[in-house]
Amino acid sequence: MVQHDIIIIGGGPAGLAAALAAREAGIQDILILERDEILGGILNQCIHNGFGLHTFKEELTGPEYAARYIKRVMEEKIPYKLNTIVINISKDKEVTAINREDGLVTMKAKAVILAMGCRERPRGALNIPGYRPAGIYSAGTAQRLMNIEGCQVGKEVVILGSGDIGLIMARRMTLEGAKVKVVAELMPYSGGLKRNIAQCLDDYGIPLKLSHTVVNIEGKKRVTGVTIAQVDENRKPIPGTEEYYSCDTLLLSVGLIPENELTKGAGIGINPVTSGPNVDNCLETELEGVFACGNVLHVHDLVDYVSEEAALAGQNAAEYVKKEESRGREEDTVSHKVTLSARDGVRYTVPQTLDLDRVKDTTIVRFRVADVYKGRSIAVYFDGQLVEKRKKRILAPGEMEQILLKKEMLQKYPDLKKIEVCTEVE
Amino acid sequence: MTRDLICIGCPLGCMMKVSVDGDNVTVTGNTCIRGEQYGKKEVLSPRRIVTSTVEVDDGKIPRVSVKTKTDIPKDKIFQCMEEIHRVKIHAPVEIGDIIIPDCAGTGVPVIATKAVKKAG
Repeated sequence: MVQHDIIIIGGGPAGLAAALAAREAGIQDILILERDEILGGILNQCIHNGFGLHTFKEELTGPEYAARYIKRVMEEKIPYKLNTIVINISKDKEVTAINREDGLVTMKAKAVILAMGCRERPRGALNIPGYRPAGIYSAGTAQRLMNIEGCQVGKEVVILGSGDIGLIMARRMTLEGAKVKVVAELMPYSGGLKRNIAQCLDDYGIPLKLSHTVVNIEGKKRVTGVTIAQVDENRKPIPGTEEYYSCDTLLLSVGLIPENELTKGAGIGINPVTSGPNVDNCLETELEGVFACGNVLHVHDLVDYVSEEAALAGQNAAEYVKKEESRGREEDTVSHKVTLSARDGVRYTVPQTLDLDRVKDTTIVRFRVADVYKGRSIAVYFDGQLVEKRKKRILAPGEMEQILLKKEMLQKYPDLKKIEVCTEVE
Repeated sequence: MTRDLICIGCPLGCMMKVSVDGDNVTVTGNTCIRGEQYGKKEVLSPRRIVTSTVEVDDGKIPRVSVKTKTDIPKDKIFQCMEEIHRVKIHAPVEIGDIIIPDCAGTGVPVIATKAVKKAG
């Protein structure tokens, strides 16, 4: 069986950054497996600007951001296979993939990096009544059709969900001559970034209706219209608030789901809140030598953070491989694991555990809050003792937050068992 | 004239009112100086980067993504889009290639943001 030091599943922003970091850490034998016909993943269709402000200190479009990483991967001559879909990862880190050149192949990896990204929540997950005509697209599908294939998706559009892709597509379709009539959002707040609401909706006079949802879709062959109604605090439509909009297209921007079928197949536990695997501070999953990063781990707002996280996964996978080679893993050492838990308005943390023997100078803990909170603090407790508290003017579910855990802080608590992250009302 | 704006300076997203009286612009509802600056720029000379795609002849992919090299006045966006729609280019294309030298009389070029190789 062919063997590689590190196999990376996915050649999007996470896979590319992970590969570069692993190479920088001295690993020569790396293979990226990508199912599309080009590298770069979803960035190829994200032609709008706003990427790279953190990484490159300039505002790039998605394809430009991807090109910078692809160029470095080419310069480093890191091998990759395109049009290759991975169908299984075993507990022994045997990766089975299919493509037209090689057919069905199984390769053995010393370390695997999961970088498969996420997919969009489909209509089927929403229970919207009505017919099933043409003209209903997830926002990302419409984005691909327009920006890659050059198709006109629709002329009169209603968008359900105010996720960032939906907002970006509202502007994109308007610029291409479509009339976007309304964006309806089930929640009382938007799921997207504020600046996207300002620049994609307000700029073009597109109304955003919060606490509204689609209650009916009409049209037999093609969508002819949708009915929108206001919802109460239990998200149930309020009778009498229905409004009809004639349209030929309904876009859905109702959330992203990490794509973890391969992860589950390897027997790795999935966190019910993030829909991604549980990881420690090295981004190593429950299965030794398997690491995860990017949107397959948890859905991010900014690609810059994906790249940063993926680089960490790449470094740690490289360290793991080198350790295996030099002396094998010390089997009998009991690692000192600390549990990270979220409560009181914090929905989850990534990582979920901390291996105190392997902490770096700074550990980034990323999380999201459950609702819009004004004037609350983010508090961190070590075994019930408050160690950090930071006041935040505003916290919103649409904006990922982070705290930093310093190594010297952790070393003061040699018997640490549990770290809690929560919000606190003043 | 009074306009309602959401500040895009930070995640707080202040709901601001910006009043224009001749040369006098007053911003209310903002929490910090960034809100005032954004509000003023936004009513006096709002600018945006425009992104779109252009058809490519004999390329490996049918379209190339493009952007205005810098931001352009907001009221020129649709004129810029009209010019982008009229253009058709030939492969190969490199990132940064000038697609339209001066879009909508703004002096700002439209440039490619993706490389497209020749087909075959």
